[in-house]
Amino acid sequence: MTATPSSARRSFRFPLELQIEPRMDSPRWLALLVSVVAVLLALVMGAVVLALVGGNPFRAYAHIAGAAFGSLGVFSDTLVKATPLIFTGTACAVAFKMKLWNIGAEGQFFMGALGASIVILAGVVSEDASRLVTLAAMVVGGALFGAAWGFIPGILKARLRVNEIITTLMLNYISFALVNYFIFGVWSEGGFQMTRTFQRAAWLPRLSDLAEQFPIMRGLTTHAGFILAVGVAIIAWYILFRSLWGYEIRLVGDNPRAAKYAGIKITRNTVLILMLSGGIAGLGGMSEIAGVIHRLQGSISPGYGFTGIIIAWLAKLNPLLVIPVSILFGGLILAGREIQPSGIPRLIQGIILFMLIASEVFLRYHVRLVRRPA
Amino acid sequence: MDNLVEMRGITKRFPGVIANEDVDFELRHGEIHALLGENGAGKSTLMTVLAGLYRPEAGTILVRGNPVGFNSPRDAIDLGIGMIHQHFTLIESQTVTENILLGLDEPRFLMRLSHYDKQMAKIGEQYGLQVTPDVKIWQLSVGEQQRVEILKMLYRGVEVLIMDEPTSVLAPQEIEELFKTLRSMVEEGKSIVFISHKLNEVMTIADRITVLRQGRVTAAGIDPASTSKAELANLMVGRKVLFELEKTQREPGKVVLELQGVSADNDKRLPAMRGIDLKVRSGEIVGVAGVAGNGQSELGEVITGLRTCTGGRILVNGKEVTNRHARTSIDLGVAHIPEDRTHVGTAPNLSITDNVIMKKYREPPIARGTSLDRGAAQEMAQGLKSEYTILAPSVETPARNLSGGNLQRVILARELSSEPSLLIAMQPTRGLDVGAIEGVQQLLLEQREQGAAILLISEELEEIFTLSDRIVVIYEGEIVADGVEPDAEKVGLLMTGGSRSSSKERAA
Repeated sequence: MTATPSSARRSFRFPLELQIEPRMDSPRWLALLVSVVAVLLALVMGAVVLALVGGNPFRAYAHIAGAAFGSLGVFSDTLVKATPLIFTGTACAVAFKMKLWNIGAEGQFFMGALGASIVILAGVVSEDASRLVTLAAMVVGGALFGAAWGFIPGILKARLRVNEIITTLMLNYISFALVNYFIFGVWSEGGFQMTRTFQRAAWLPRLSDLAEQFPIMRGLTTHAGFILAVGVAIIAWYILFRSLWGYEIRLVGDNPRAAKYAGIKITRNTVLILMLSGGIAGLGGMSEIAGVIHRLQGSISPGYGFTGIIIAWLAKLNPLLVIPVSILFGGLILAGREIQPSGIPRLIQGIILFMLIASEVFLRYHVRLVRRPA
Repeated sequence: MDNLVEMRGITKRFPGVIANEDVDFELRHGEIHALLGENGAGKSTLMTVLAGLYRPEAGTILVRGNPVGFNSPRDAIDLGIGMIHQHFTLIESQTVTENILLGLDEPRFLMRLSHYDKQMAKIGEQYGLQVTPDVKIWQLSVGEQQRVEILKMLYRGVEVLIMDEPTSVLAPQEIEELFKTLRSMVEEGKSIVFISHKLNEVMTIADRITVLRQGRVTAAGIDPASTSKAELANLMVGRKVLFELEKTQREPGKVVLELQGVSADNDKRLPAMRGIDLKVRSGEIVGVAGVAGNGQSELGEVITGLRTCTGGRILVNGKEVTNRHARTSIDLGVAHIPEDRTHVGTAPNLSITDNVIMKKYREPPIARGTSLDRGAAQEMAQGLKSEYTILAPSVETPARNLSGGNLQRVILARELSSEPSLLIAMQPTRGLDVGAIEGVQQLLLEQREQGAAILLISEELEEIFTLSDRIVVIYEGEIVADGVEPDAEKVGLLMTGGSRSSSKERAA
């Protein structure tokens, strides 16, 4: 309490200081520049860590890049990994934009997979229905089940003000148990915890299906789910940023009291948005079992629904940005299998995440290093 | 030489703005020195420099004759200079004592709250600051919270107390309380800097007045007895302010708004409006005078559909809007300037464009089918930006970056451009500076000319008197007088329940 602030008594003061002032406007190119620099800095920091543990950062990066994007084959695998992430990332972005914290994309993903499976295994479409009819029915089933899993927290939030973070999170576990019930009991194939393999008509077409016409496509696993995912992300972007409904969502998200004042029905939008979010995540589940696994089983997701939360934030809640971010994450997941120890890509993933979130400050403020006045 | 604080040649720049240019300021021991000026004149900037928050580009500060350099507010507090900001810095879920002790070196480990509670009560008593030390902040009124802020400074041994617009959040009785406290603090030997843009208050409380305009001093340390309100206003604004607005005679038209025995509860679920009857006609401004918290906020909210009524009927142009969704009244042409600009009137992170289309986005040209025509929205925003002189780099600037006056212009632009048939104007000039107030009042009169029915809810009696065609007084949720003369004493008495139910002159 007795410190006298005369500069003479302070032994040393750093001659430069940070000046931080709020920005009035942040242009688009700045957002892009800041993000790119943040990713580059993250890679530099990762390189330092790699060097410290005795690795060669250049070779490690080259290897990661090679393992994820190096050839048509691995890039195709990267896209397969990115597909469910685009769905869950978009699902989270849509809900988060209205400040509805849907932590349940994982559960909605599982429900979507269950919904799509019911279409096949409960005989909703006959086994010799055409591929188009079968897949269309699976899309509807997946989206409906996912949306139902969003409707429950939505109606609870809108009518009874139940916190959606808790309900969406808890519904995850219910959906896991529900899927387990079906794969352990109802549809168990010969005692294994999985259903039978779906008929061919229920498989999403793959690039390798075209190998006869285009030999270059041989062995490429990318399936039509990727196109569906990109389409969904584009539609979600259009809804959020170009439609009247999206304007309402953004207004409610930013200031619910102002939205009420503007005559917007918040309760109805709460239910609808959580249903939309759940439906998109549900489509992700459908795409994963119809495009990759071709049956329902327990391990259909290593946490895509939770990674979707991170992806939505990194994409600044913009569904269009969800696509490249998901591809980057897909690549890192893939590279994780290649690199030993596999913690390294995850470490880099963490540093990138950290840097991107921290870089936000440069968009909100002018930060300058200035000479400290005497 | 009894100058406690001297600031010499202070210059502080922000990007593109000079907030203070070569400003001198002196504070004597044991005085209340008012710092008067419009919003953006640089009053708060100058004082945040003194409180150690900003570092000036040029100039020196002397405290008790010694030059000082502050690196943080803590340095300033160590020398006995503390500032209470307009927005309080209290933690709602903690008690008064806990808030005061926050950030101090004592107590070290054990809280021993009851020991400190006693200490707080003692200091409070000494300065006539009534606060209960062991209640939580959220349980206190704004006035009481302000007392906690003062107590916080006193506990830190502050000799110079800077108060930034302390009355802007207070009800009239609370202002009286505050003035009493300030006087008793001066008697105890403290010195006070009182930042304000309200002439009346400054004339009442200040020993000396320094006026700032556009970052420069236009009058230093003048004696309130030797000046007048008109002269001070001139020093503040730099031109003669017309306190008399041009208002034409006009016969009111048909009834636009009708309330029949409307009752409603407040946020604490206590009755706030008790059977209010009220009519507002086209081309008429009805001013509602009342001390804050007597039901006038709720009155505005029930009409605009933001609050449910517990009884009665509300008709707009003969159509029922009682307990309907806010959209019903919007569609009937009800415009609303809300009391709370930042929490109700605007969405802070959305752009000016997104904020001005809030009530028009459902109609063409902004709505095109289910899509939003961004081009049309921006075009409309551009037009309103220049028409209402909203100062901002572009229409894509987020609302949070706008100053109070500009934010109010965004709201006015949105609400008035819809050519409303009924306008609910709640505290339309609160916190605005003299020049801006005049502009807003002019706009309200223009709406009256165009035949809008206007319900004006304001705590500024002067504003009600200048603008209203009819004045009603609200007290404890009831209209206690309808059609009273613009006489400050008479209205003031009615507002405080002085002559209740004496003359209910109802204009039919």
